[in-house]
Amino acid sequence: MRHVIDKRVPATPVPVIRIRRLTKSYGHGDATVHALRGPDDPETGEPQGVSLDIEQGDFVAVMGSSGSGKSTLMNILGCLDVPTSGRYLLDGVDVGHLDEQQLSLVRNRKIGFVFQSFNLIPRTTALSQVELPLAYAGVRASERRRRALAALSLVGLGERSGHKPNELSGGQQQRVAVARALVTAPAMLLADEPTGNLDSRSTEEVLGLIDGLNATGRTVVLITHEDEVARHAKRVLRLVDGQIVSDIRQAPVEGPPPALHDLGVPA
Amino acid sequence: MILWQTLRFAVGGLAANKVRSALTMLGVLIGVASVILLLAVGNGSSVAVKDSITSLGTNSLTVSSGSAAGGARAASSVKKLTVADAKALASDAGASAAIKSVAPVVTTSGTALYGNISYSPGSIVGTYPAYFETSNQKVAKGEYFTNDDVLGSRKVAVLGATTAKQLFDTEDPVGKQIVLGGTPFTVVGVLQAKGGSGFTDPDDVVIAPLPTVQNAFTGFGAVNQILVQAASADTTTAAQSEITRVLLAAHAISDPSKADFRITNQASLLTARESTTKTFTVLLGAVAAISLLVGGIGITNIMLVTVTERTREIGIRKALGAPRAVILGQFLTESTLLSVIGAGLGVAAGMVGSHFSIVGIKPVVIPESVLGAFGIAVAIGLFFGSYPANRAASLRPIDALRHE
Repeated sequence: MRHVIDKRVPATPVPVIRIRRLTKSYGHGDATVHALRGPDDPETGEPQGVSLDIEQGDFVAVMGSSGSGKSTLMNILGCLDVPTSGRYLLDGVDVGHLDEQQLSLVRNRKIGFVFQSFNLIPRTTALSQVELPLAYAGVRASERRRRALAALSLVGLGERSGHKPNELSGGQQQRVAVARALVTAPAMLLADEPTGNLDSRSTEEVLGLIDGLNATGRTVVLITHEDEVARHAKRVLRLVDGQIVSDIRQAPVEGPPPALHDLGVPA
Repeated sequence: MILWQTLRFAVGGLAANKVRSALTMLGVLIGVASVILLLAVGNGSSVAVKDSITSLGTNSLTVSSGSAAGGARAASSVKKLTVADAKALASDAGASAAIKSVAPVVTTSGTALYGNISYSPGSIVGTYPAYFETSNQKVAKGEYFTNDDVLGSRKVAVLGATTAKQLFDTEDPVGKQIVLGGTPFTVVGVLQAKGGSGFTDPDDVVIAPLPTVQNAFTGFGAVNQILVQAASADTTTAAQSEITRVLLAAHAISDPSKADFRITNQASLLTARESTTKTFTVLLGAVAAISLLVGGIGITNIMLVTVTERTREIGIRKALGAPRAVILGQFLTESTLLSVIGAGLGVAAGMVGSHFSIVGIKPVVIPESVLGAFGIAVAIGLFFGSYPANRAASLRPIDALRHE
């Protein structure tokens, strides 16, 4: 009888995001500002950097006052900015080793952005907005149109596909942005205060959409400073002065996000 | 697919700032149109010179008095040309094959009267009938005057087309009487119009027999010129040395460098003028090229403004995963579109403009200049657009997104 020794790592899922000892600082010398620093090294007093894992399917809210480093974290997670030091693995790929061309591919395929100020392209119809990431990915025109229309009807704007940003309300614009973020089926949805510029009704609509996306297994990282919004998340991180000071799990990674759970889907 | 998309975005970008785009295009339009038009004007004037070379007759030589070394340094010793000189040449013409005919010429000015119409023709020329052939003057109506008219000093005249028009308008001048300097002349013929090539109108002339004009105006002294026709264009050089030999002998000058007359070849004169018009064309072209360059700088300027204005949009596109090449392509397409449309309109404007005559010159469009101007304008769009486009493409996404 022969013993087969399996030396492979047990099949735990690779986290979507794994950051290790990440720092980001601006300026030089005495004027250096550490936007992300993590705990200080007890011996040298140097910043040790932030380390964090985010699992597939999780819904994480990053909270903090302005200047706490949450936007810096978000920009680095979205590959819009590069860290000063430390490693960032997105879907198991070390982003630090990618060139400009590969980074634009990563942004296109793996990340969907939703911004506070919507960031729609002016003078462009909703349909074209949503088609844009697909166009950059090289999808054929007919396929692009089909998928963009599907994404728009998912956010409830199927009838408004021909409207330009100045013909849409704030809530509708943000829903177009959500459709644009999810149309490429990215590994992760990054939302930077998506409800910051919205009234309460639109806020509910947009958060409902994000809840729904998370319920279908999409990883969501959401930045906010409102407790109301953070209540939708499964896990809440609190940043103060570039450090994670608390990490609270509100719901398990598997299963629906708490807001849908409360709506009478029993565990 | 992405090409079509890029083109649509470029058109959209231009349409968003219609006045600005139109003004930028206007810059290119003016550049291209002026290149085409000014080169056409230069070309037109050299074509006109070429035509007048053929109309003057390429094998005519003009002998005029004066030192070949220039100036009237020894004015007292300069012997004027006379009818006798012409006769010496004419008698030689029989012996030499190089010279075909000789016509002494006196030129004067005066007023012509017909009925109550008074007009001063550009010049009144007294000469021999050989003049007509040598200077390539063809009669349109009536006849030339004849050698008999010269011998008989008859008061007959041939009018240039312009003079005939001024004096007679639509009437037929042949057989009518005009009064030149108090002497009545009968008009026997009207010359064909040659058309002006520059500042003097060759059709504004009255031509009469030499002794008649001498009698009425200049007196029987010196003549202004002797017009000699060489047997053919190839024998002009031989004819020239022949004239020199005969006249040196007639004037009793032994040293050819002290000759008191000058021989000019119409063709060489006009060749010199043609090279002047070439310089003129090059200058015009250079001015036009500068305006094209300024149009190009206009494109750079506007594209830089556009890039700054749309920095945020560039950031959004980068966040959505637009590769560098796509951003570069989009702005290059926009600037090239500006220059292509501007150049296209410029070609149209240049072609339309070349149908009008400009300062008396009928422009003749050079086909190469149209292609060249269009090509250069498009290249300028690419070249001057590439700096702003590059700047847009190399923006860091985070900086672009933060831009307000």
